[in-house]
Amino acid sequence: MRNFVSQRAQEIPPSGIRKFFDLVLTMEDVISLGVGEPDFNTPWNICESGIYSIEQGVTSYTSNRGLQTLRDTLSRYLAQHYNLNYDSNTEMLITTGVSEALDIAIRAITDPGDEILVAQPSYVSYGPCVTLAGGIPVPLRCTEKDHFRINPDSLAELVTKKTKALVISFPNNPTGGVMSESDLRGIADIVIDNDLVLISDEVYAELTYEGRHCSAATVSDLWQRTITLNGFSKAYAMTGWRIGYLCAPEDLCDAALKIHQYIMLCAPVMGQVGALEALRSAEEDKNSMVNEYRQRRNLFVAGLNRIGLPCHVPEGAFYAFPSIEKTGLSDVEFAERLLKEQRVAVVPGSVFGAGGEGHVRCAYAVSRKELAGALERMDQFLQIL
Amino acid sequence: MDDKDLDLLRILEENSRLSTEEIATMTSLAKAEVERRIGALEATQVIKRYSTVVNWEKTGNGEVSAIIELKVSPERDFGYDRIAERLSRFRQVKSLRLITGTYDLQLIVTGKNMQDVSRFVSEHVAPMDRIRETATHIIMKSYKENGNTFFEQPEPERLPISP
Repeated sequence: MRNFVSQRAQEIPPSGIRKFFDLVLTMEDVISLGVGEPDFNTPWNICESGIYSIEQGVTSYTSNRGLQTLRDTLSRYLAQHYNLNYDSNTEMLITTGVSEALDIAIRAITDPGDEILVAQPSYVSYGPCVTLAGGIPVPLRCTEKDHFRINPDSLAELVTKKTKALVISFPNNPTGGVMSESDLRGIADIVIDNDLVLISDEVYAELTYEGRHCSAATVSDLWQRTITLNGFSKAYAMTGWRIGYLCAPEDLCDAALKIHQYIMLCAPVMGQVGALEALRSAEEDKNSMVNEYRQRRNLFVAGLNRIGLPCHVPEGAFYAFPSIEKTGLSDVEFAERLLKEQRVAVVPGSVFGAGGEGHVRCAYAVSRKELAGALERMDQFLQIL
Repeated sequence: MDDKDLDLLRILEENSRLSTEEIATMTSLAKAEVERRIGALEATQVIKRYSTVVNWEKTGNGEVSAIIELKVSPERDFGYDRIAERLSRFRQVKSLRLITGTYDLQLIVTGKNMQDVSRFVSEHVAPMDRIRETATHIIMKSYKENGNTFFEQPEPERLPISP
């Protein structure tokens, strides 16, 4: 029998966290800092509106682009909060999570052999999505020295004639790094001069703790070449509702829409109803969750530095990314031993690509009590080491 | 009163047993600054006192609480204030509010048992001058007090590790 698995499917690496996941499942009393999602329940007003819509029989397909009211409300929200201007009829598309938005954005712009720069460390999907689209992912390393921002010189060095796009995600998973307006200006010229597309995944935008998030498309002349991705999962604790969105100039948005209508048809309608309610009434819930994350971050990062794991202050998302280099262990060894010896689960930084090695990702989207418990166990671990 | 003060109040309202160090780290303020601000909030009575939300039903002490609504004839020059002050002196009155609607004042009263509460209402509250009508609602079960729910919510299942 032939090997039925396609070359492309063979090419993409298996998820680096799978082994960990299986190990954690076999253990008891584990404090997991490995979860990339909010620990809050979805605010009840959002749940209630979803339940009510189902009771009212709102269970059909929506238009491919998504509910008109959701797009209109979202368009106003983005203008008000981020100074982002997208027409709700022609430049906006509701997707099944940001995961789908990312996939179709990459497929919409990638021809076979195109090189797509991926700023790393980053969420694990970008590279594989590029590969599946027939492109070649090229890692762009961000380092702790630069607070995990993109260094313009490193970017310029990697651009070739084949480079088609740059994928960035700030605030960043796993580092918590952010790009300010001036940081973005620093890379805008390179993107424009080399005629690249910028794909900016801003799903953690609302979780910005110092100042306001600056959306890439608002900087310089980037708007006309930027695809902005965002969603409701992180800000409103709605990960399971699977609602994201893609905003882009009309031609790019139309291309993404074509793919979306063939592969997904539309995002789940009850999720869209919930998302609309989130925009209408969950501002305060969101703010109080953000405030809680900020306080946990302050406690946890201070704790990490106290026990001897140097950690820069993450300015966004809900991850701390301490360096474990001085323990002499690799990040994979560190994470495995910490789990086996002290039952604390963290994710090795190398899972997130170039620049992640020598670090571990700790999600502080867990209760303060669990954070304190985890710090105590990590302290024990370091002392015995 | 600025955002930092509001931050401190929210933290303390949620858990007033945190140490000054913890609060200082959480809010990125110096320890002395936290102490100074909390001191000022106490001095100006913005912080009335530090108390505990107790689910008394779990203690099985049999205490009974009731919501009592009163129709009151207001006094010239004083409105409802003087009678409200008099009512608020009773130890049994835990909360007292002026409200809109059919009734004027709303009290939350606790007593050792049902008789205790009804005696208090009939002997002390109802006969007071200017009180025209009372309505007593015995509280059968508390589901939420001051933002705290009193029923078990199952922990939603999350993946132990996710990207």
